[in-house]
Amino acid sequence: MHQFTIAELVKGLRNKDFSSTEVTQHYLDRIARLDKTYNSYITVTSDIALQQAAAADQRLAAGNAPALCGVPIAHKDIFCTTGVRTSCASKMLDKFIAPYNATIVENYLNSGVVMLGKTNMDEFAMGSSNETSWYGPVKNPWAIDCVPGGSSGGSAAAVAAHLAPAATASDTGGSIRQPAALCGLTGIKPTYGRVSRWGMIAFASSLDQAGILSRTAEDAAILLNDMASYDAKDSTSVERDVPDYTADLNKPLTGLRIGVPKEYFGEGLNPQTAAHVESAIKVYESLGASIHSVSLPHTHLAVPAYYVIAPAECSANLSRFDGVRYGHRCENPTDLNDLYMRSRSEGFGAEVKRRILVGAYALSAGYYDAYYSKAQKIRRLIKQDFVDAFQTVDVILGPTSPSPAFQFGSKTKDPVAMYLEDIYTIATNLAGLPGLSIPCGLVDNKPVGLQLIGNFFAESQLLNAAHMFQQATHFHQQTAPGIE
Amino acid sequence: MAVDRSDITKLSKLARIQISDEAADEAAKSISDVLALVDQLQAVNTDGVLPMAHPLDAVQRLRADVVTEPNQREAFQAIAPATQDGLYLVPQVIE
Repeated sequence: MHQFTIAELVKGLRNKDFSSTEVTQHYLDRIARLDKTYNSYITVTSDIALQQAAAADQRLAAGNAPALCGVPIAHKDIFCTTGVRTSCASKMLDKFIAPYNATIVENYLNSGVVMLGKTNMDEFAMGSSNETSWYGPVKNPWAIDCVPGGSSGGSAAAVAAHLAPAATASDTGGSIRQPAALCGLTGIKPTYGRVSRWGMIAFASSLDQAGILSRTAEDAAILLNDMASYDAKDSTSVERDVPDYTADLNKPLTGLRIGVPKEYFGEGLNPQTAAHVESAIKVYESLGASIHSVSLPHTHLAVPAYYVIAPAECSANLSRFDGVRYGHRCENPTDLNDLYMRSRSEGFGAEVKRRILVGAYALSAGYYDAYYSKAQKIRRLIKQDFVDAFQTVDVILGPTSPSPAFQFGSKTKDPVAMYLEDIYTIATNLAGLPGLSIPCGLVDNKPVGLQLIGNFFAESQLLNAAHMFQQATHFHQQTAPGIE
Repeated sequence: MAVDRSDITKLSKLARIQISDEAADEAAKSISDVLALVDQLQAVNTDGVLPMAHPLDAVQRLRADVVTEPNQREAFQAIAPATQDGLYLVPQVIE
């Protein structure tokens, strides 16, 4: 049953081939039996899942259930879930029981989607390897000594190990696409403002965007249909109708103009990864797409600009964790400053502290113009590169990350080396564009991701391009060795 | 730009994050490494470029000045470390 895609589950539930309770129980059993190895869940919500499954079965029996009714998924532990611990993988929020649901959680509740649990992640979504979680690292199902990527590493490992058919995730600088690449999955980060950020614990508000990790592009399209919405509660939500993302999945790619940026194939790219991306380009040519060389000349500035903007916004967002209203509070504070200082120092891990300090530096008196304002100007130049490229092409194609999954501990001592893991994904967040990653081959038995970047609100086109690739290839059907 | 121990002390106060004496040198080094990375930005001419705050250059939406949210003080204070009479408790601030 855990081999089924979301599309197959939707069909099977509707045809009464199995009940939501059966599917849900099957996944809960697998999680109980296998997740000790992967550590992909922080909290498994068995009781809630079975209650929701029973309710879904009633709706299905009544015959007027929404499409996704009864389908179980996992939520990244960055999304608030009423009455359930929402930790963001931080000691700071280890005992935090969210008093409300994130809008995307509420959207899925309305659709009858079942929540299996909350997945592990890098602390406050800050990391590219899932090694900064307070609940311990997540193991990559493809290679147990390697990282699953981050920050949505728990969501990715859970889907890759078939401990959930799909999972929600979030992407601030590559946190959906890079784990998708490293775990052999499909991952989509929609246009900034397409999916509500309300109830998603904020890291860098101008970059954060929720999305999906799934096994196929078709599944991502089905799930995005219910995740995306205009939300008056999120001031950056975009007031625009949500199309049916499945409508164009099978559209022929004849005439699709694909741009390949030369800056994404330079120094630092694993040659075998590059070879798989080149092969994928040939697949697209055979599907009728035309390939064009494009230039994104400010690419090399994306990581530096990001590591000003993201820490600056993080230092502001994480100032709310002060030990007063919720979250960790130190024992016996002597005065208010001691309360703030010790609660924050005990509650945050090393990478979160480093980014808060960098952000505080970039925003401090005398440095604001040199760092934050400068980075915001560079951000416009980076966006303009894409705007110029999309004058002549429809989709931009390249690698998702420079190399396949790396071993635990190999980059933890050098934050800058870790930051460069997101060298191809970060510019998309800075520009606010949608991007996705799909599997396109294996290197040393570890998956390689192909990245597609679209114009603003071109999610349907991206999913169409990804789906047609998956109709012509088998990479998305490969499962990590040893997964039962 | 490199930061030293005195910068770390200042940042630690600004951010309300303690850095022990033993950790200060390492923090100074790793933050200096990050700043060396971001200093590449300084070489770029950005004269006449407007800072970009929102990818779609959207502006803050305005809404009608009416109450839409009910008071949920009890639900929110149920997860607070210390409260009394509907107020959040902190160590004494005023003598």
